[in-house]
Amino acid sequence: MSESQHDETDVLIREQGYDDHFHDHPHGDKYQSNFITHYIFSQDHKIIARQFLITGIFWAIVGASMSIIFRLQLGFPDDSVAWLKPLLGKWITVNDAGIGSLNPDFYYALVTMHGTIIVFFVLTAGLSGTFANLLIPFQVGARDMASPFLNMLSYWFFFLASVVMFISLFLNTGPFSGGWTAYPPLSALPEASSGSGAGMTMWLVSLTLFVVSVLLGGINYVTTVLNLRTKGMSLWRMPLTVWALLVTAILGILSFPVLVSGFFLLMFDRGMGTSFYLSEIFVNGHALENVGGSPILYQHLFWFLGHPEVYIIILPAMGLVSEVMSVHSRKPIFGYKAMVYSILAIGFLSFLVWAHHMFMSGVNPFISNFFVIFTLIIAVPSAVKVFNWISTLYKGNIRFTSAMLFAIGFVSMFISGGLTGVFLGNSALDIQLHDTYFIVAHFHIVMGIAAFFGMFAGVYHWFPRMYGRFMNETMGRIHFWITMVGAYAIFWPMHYMGMAGVPRRYYRFDTFDAFSHFHGLNQFITIAAIIVFGAQLLFVFNFFYSIWKGKKMTTQNPWGANTLEWTAPIQPIHGNWPGKLPTVHRWAYDYSKEGADKDFIQQHMPMTEKEKAEGEDHG
Amino acid sequence: MTALIIILSIALLVIVILQISKLTELYSRIRGEEEVELRSNRNQGRALLLFMIGFLILVVVYTYWMKNYLLGYGPHKSASAHGGTLDGLFNVTLFFTGIVFVVTHIALFYLAYRYKKVKGSKATHWSHNNTLEIVWSAIPAVVMTYLVIKGLLAWNTVMADIKPDDSVLEIEATGYQFAWHLRYPGADGVLGARDYKKVTADNPLGQDWTDPKNFDDFHPDELWLPVNKKVRVRIIARDVLHSFFLPHFRVKMDAVPGLPTYFVFTPTKTTEEYREELSKYPEYNVHKDPNDPTSPLLWEDFNYELACAELCGKSHYSMRRIVRIVSEDEYNAWLSKQQSYYQNSIRNKDSDPNKGKLLGFEIKQNRDALNFSFDKAMVDTGIPPAAGAPDLKTIRLDFVQFEPGGSVLTSDSKYQLADLSEIMKKYPTMRIELGGHTDSTGDPVVNKNLSQQRADVVKAYLITLGVNTSRLTAVGYGQTKPIDTNDTDAGRQKNRRTELRIIAQ
Repeated sequence: MSESQHDETDVLIREQGYDDHFHDHPHGDKYQSNFITHYIFSQDHKIIARQFLITGIFWAIVGASMSIIFRLQLGFPDDSVAWLKPLLGKWITVNDAGIGSLNPDFYYALVTMHGTIIVFFVLTAGLSGTFANLLIPFQVGARDMASPFLNMLSYWFFFLASVVMFISLFLNTGPFSGGWTAYPPLSALPEASSGSGAGMTMWLVSLTLFVVSVLLGGINYVTTVLNLRTKGMSLWRMPLTVWALLVTAILGILSFPVLVSGFFLLMFDRGMGTSFYLSEIFVNGHALENVGGSPILYQHLFWFLGHPEVYIIILPAMGLVSEVMSVHSRKPIFGYKAMVYSILAIGFLSFLVWAHHMFMSGVNPFISNFFVIFTLIIAVPSAVKVFNWISTLYKGNIRFTSAMLFAIGFVSMFISGGLTGVFLGNSALDIQLHDTYFIVAHFHIVMGIAAFFGMFAGVYHWFPRMYGRFMNETMGRIHFWITMVGAYAIFWPMHYMGMAGVPRRYYRFDTFDAFSHFHGLNQFITIAAIIVFGAQLLFVFNFFYSIWKGKKMTTQNPWGANTLEWTAPIQPIHGNWPGKLPTVHRWAYDYSKEGADKDFIQQHMPMTEKEKAEGEDHG
Repeated sequence: MTALIIILSIALLVIVILQISKLTELYSRIRGEEEVELRSNRNQGRALLLFMIGFLILVVVYTYWMKNYLLGYGPHKSASAHGGTLDGLFNVTLFFTGIVFVVTHIALFYLAYRYKKVKGSKATHWSHNNTLEIVWSAIPAVVMTYLVIKGLLAWNTVMADIKPDDSVLEIEATGYQFAWHLRYPGADGVLGARDYKKVTADNPLGQDWTDPKNFDDFHPDELWLPVNKKVRVRIIARDVLHSFFLPHFRVKMDAVPGLPTYFVFTPTKTTEEYREELSKYPEYNVHKDPNDPTSPLLWEDFNYELACAELCGKSHYSMRRIVRIVSEDEYNAWLSKQQSYYQNSIRNKDSDPNKGKLLGFEIKQNRDALNFSFDKAMVDTGIPPAAGAPDLKTIRLDFVQFEPGGSVLTSDSKYQLADLSEIMKKYPTMRIELGGHTDSTGDPVVNKNLSQQRADVVKAYLITLGVNTSRLTAVGYGQTKPIDTNDTDAGRQKNRRTELRIIAQ
């Protein structure tokens, strides 16, 4: 590059911010026009977002179906499931009387796979993969991700991970069945559980590929947010979605490698005779040579990811909900800065609380003191976020779209699930509640249902941006109400079972007098789960139906939102904006501002003289 | 057929929903989007408010209805000393979180309802309020601080290990796929050493049989504990992770291979007292099997239970042991019935490293037995024994033995001979005859000579222990006085013996 070109570029950067397209004409889609490069090996963030979302939907159906099967076992342990034999084959044993029962090994495999699939493939890849890809370039005003190629690889590593995990479901010895946390020695010893053989090997390979995907994606997201913001898009003008996705990506980059190191040590123990996690074990009739290792080391490495992981799941949902709530309340998100600081505080604290999963695992009780303190501190920024969401509604002009309904549902779920976290975070109460149905209820509500609600809010809200059509609102509302009522019907009663001491991961409860009081309740939960599952199929139907048959988007900005994605053409193009990138003049939340002619002012609208005099309005 | 009907009805449902959805879109186009949107907006707002009211009422009513099954309420109050503290902490937390739950839910749904979009409504631009934000950050911070302090005080008290001078019963629970194996220390009050490499089918815990502390350890099927006595459970895993969970006592701790953990607690209610408590509640006054009126009532059948709370494989859900909390007396009665695992199942089998060796506890047992025989023999003076009654004056010295084929005492024989010399001192006027006996194998003359030699050796040994030679007579009887058949090994073994007979008291 010559000296003069260099100067020219500097001027352009000053004027327009960083942009690889310093000229006026749009690229359109011309350069990647064949089917394979456009839809399959696409490097376009919008296509990759859809790939993540649809793969996520596939996995969500698989993961949820598994939960229905094991819920049948828990609700109706003595009823025949012989009708599942065509699907599950040898995992259903049919006795002489024709009563089919689910094999306990496979029950545990279902429980394990349900957790793994939903946590990693649906709520990590499907949620932050989708919306980081869709929204980061759009909302910061970038042509695409910093590295579209790495971005493509990120999806395909996820795809590979999916393929490996999917194949493992069909292994003769069964998929891995030692719980989604995969604690050794159970996960290390094929002698201890049939799923710990080939199933565990494939589980480890799959999740290692998955971490590669997360890292490639995460590096891209962070780089894009930090370097490719359009002119005027200062950090304090970014929508909360971008803040949330940025912190999510940072958490992933910092914590997933630790998980992989834990996995590698586990692979060494499994295949190379090392003793990182193994010590003094007598299994299957013989004593192992391994001494000196500690299973608790694995738990530390796992939860060093595992805890940030729950925030990797919930932060994007929080970001989506903040945006959706603000748009549909026609009000700025209340306390924007407090929201940003809360995200940062939660992100930071999420690295200091991992051992609260391990209060009863044999770590020195003294250590738990610190983790109790940090865990309960995290309640403060979480509470601030809740109060801010509620205040956003105050004096709003609320449109109850499906997206908004799910956003409100999210806040309710986050409150309910968050409050039970106050019990569990206190180690003294964890003595009784650890590994009971209380914790099952807690984490399903706070990071399962809540994250799904955030995701649904996001899908309903940004569906027009993805497909140029709307999802059907009637079906959306039916979906919301069945899910809202049904999710509470499923998980609320589990608190009571947990308080009565019923342990999680039991194949049946009648082996203990103390745990066998809840037969009717378990049946109720199972029926509720089946109904809620049906409602999710309705969502899936609505999703695909609307891609082709939904009401067409006729205006660029159907919701009257301020963020930049709604300034792009209805028919998405490669490079997102024809001509120059939009220049940003204000924050994303100038809704219902006095003196404005509409109830929103988009980010690229210049400030009026009066506004300049008053200074920027920030939370 | 059923499957077909189900599939058809689902398909029908989908079509109905689809048609309704299409219709509403059509309807809104005819009536005007704006008006329809406003109307459905109003309906959704009302639905949210109704949901909130229904949800909160249900939560309260259902909680009340379930209370008898819950932590710290109804009959399920904690049965341990520390459990009450935890239940109290639970209630305090429930109090604060309950308030927050109700208030935030009312605010969330009421505000949503109140500020729904209606014709001509507008929002107010209200972006932040620093005072408000500081206040509502401070409130949770204060509440959390209180809960942390209360929680940690409880935690550090409950989890503290025993102090050296505590009076405590230490027992051990070992988890393996798929059961709990219990071990009690026996009379010495101390658990013996173990090593996972020593685990075999007949040594499930890998106890080290060269450690005398193991000799009296016993392995009961049920966990019995005396009420109001502090217990330290040593928790061990043999293969994978398990978790020692006593739900009624608020006790839980993982069992980790290679890392023994512990939990210290004090049971405060006996099983009987707990049953008594349950009997006051109607839900425990039904028959265990509802179809069988002769089956016990639920409260009569109640037992504390030990469970596993860490996923450990396919039968994780079935690691049940019954726990019984009993009075001190009942506990001692139970203790006296327990038999040492070593003495019962290992002693002198091939797997016993002490096979053939006399162990300290056996020397003591033998001494007690010999003393007992003499006590009986010496009391029973003057009166001639009835016909057929056992001859109390003749006492067999079972543990005086010789190297095979000769007349050299085995080294273990010295213990019983030492005991005998002590008895001779206790009864200074007693005179005894030492009799040698053989089985019928071999030449009778050789046998007679051998038995004479052996009796002489015993006599000589007693003399070295300070017994006056005049009090001792040595006689070799050979094979002439068998006490059992000579046709079996066991019989011949019995016949080869050294006896003593009290000839003068």
